[in-house]
Amino acid sequence: MKISFRRVEQTTILDVTGNIDMSNSPEMRKALLGEIREKGVTRVILNLSGVAYIDSSGVASLVEGLKASRDLGSRLVLFGLNDSAREVLKISRLLKLFEVYDNETQAIQAA
Amino acid sequence: MNPIAAKRPRELKHSPQPGRAFLLKLELRSHPTLLCVVRGALEPLMEVLGFSDESNRAIIRAVDEAVSNIMRHAYHGRMDQPIEIYCNRLRRRAGGKIERGIEFLLYDCGPAVDTTKIPARPLDEIRPGGLGLHIIRGSIDTVEYKREGRLNCLRLVKYARASNPGECGPAEEKTP
Repeated sequence: MKISFRRVEQTTILDVTGNIDMSNSPEMRKALLGEIREKGVTRVILNLSGVAYIDSSGVASLVEGLKASRDLGSRLVLFGLNDSAREVLKISRLLKLFEVYDNETQAIQAA
Repeated sequence: MNPIAAKRPRELKHSPQPGRAFLLKLELRSHPTLLCVVRGALEPLMEVLGFSDESNRAIIRAVDEAVSNIMRHAYHGRMDQPIEIYCNRLRRRAGGKIERGIEFLLYDCGPAVDTTKIPARPLDEIRPGGLGLHIIRGSIDTVEYKREGRLNCLRLVKYARASNPGECGPAEEKTP
């Protein structure tokens, strides 16, 4: 898994590629919470279009990011989810909790 | 002899049984970096067996979560412990039709699991953790746990859906 950061105006976009599972989800959690809690970024967009697989530990990292963003009054937006990622969020009944968009343009406009 | 084989009761055999045909066995250590290897091994197998893409993803997701649970809960993060995964082809008669399916038996040497204390949290709580079991149950038809001698055995079963026209299930003629 690789995570790179981009800044678009007041928004940070995290481009994630690879698989997110138990072996690397702590990296994902650290990156996400680093932007939201430590840097205080008010709008964080997570680009998951390069993520082929995400497991429950990856989902837990997203939930933690969502909780942190809500606690601090910031926003966390997702886009580019493939079928696998959508299914795992749906089974976990979390899909409706996240702001999910199809592409980056929509996500930036929404954020 | 590997640690799991040494602890397996003599009466426990994995020879073919009626309606069940052995396909594949994976042996691995409980290192999280091997999760992607398990997924990578199962993906082409599921394709060869003829499940739909959606079922393939569900099966791989369930096995991956189950192996993750073994690493996290049975072995408490120790990375050198043995795990065995057996994959069998299944057939059953349901409603006058033959249904085809796939069965996974996952063995580990961890302490016995108290199924009344398995941490599956209510899904209406928004908090991280406790999702693995929900994901397994939501992805697969049957989830069964039993203790076999000094081993934990988790059984996962998924049948091909007759309502899904593109899904023929693991047909024998396609089986390697």
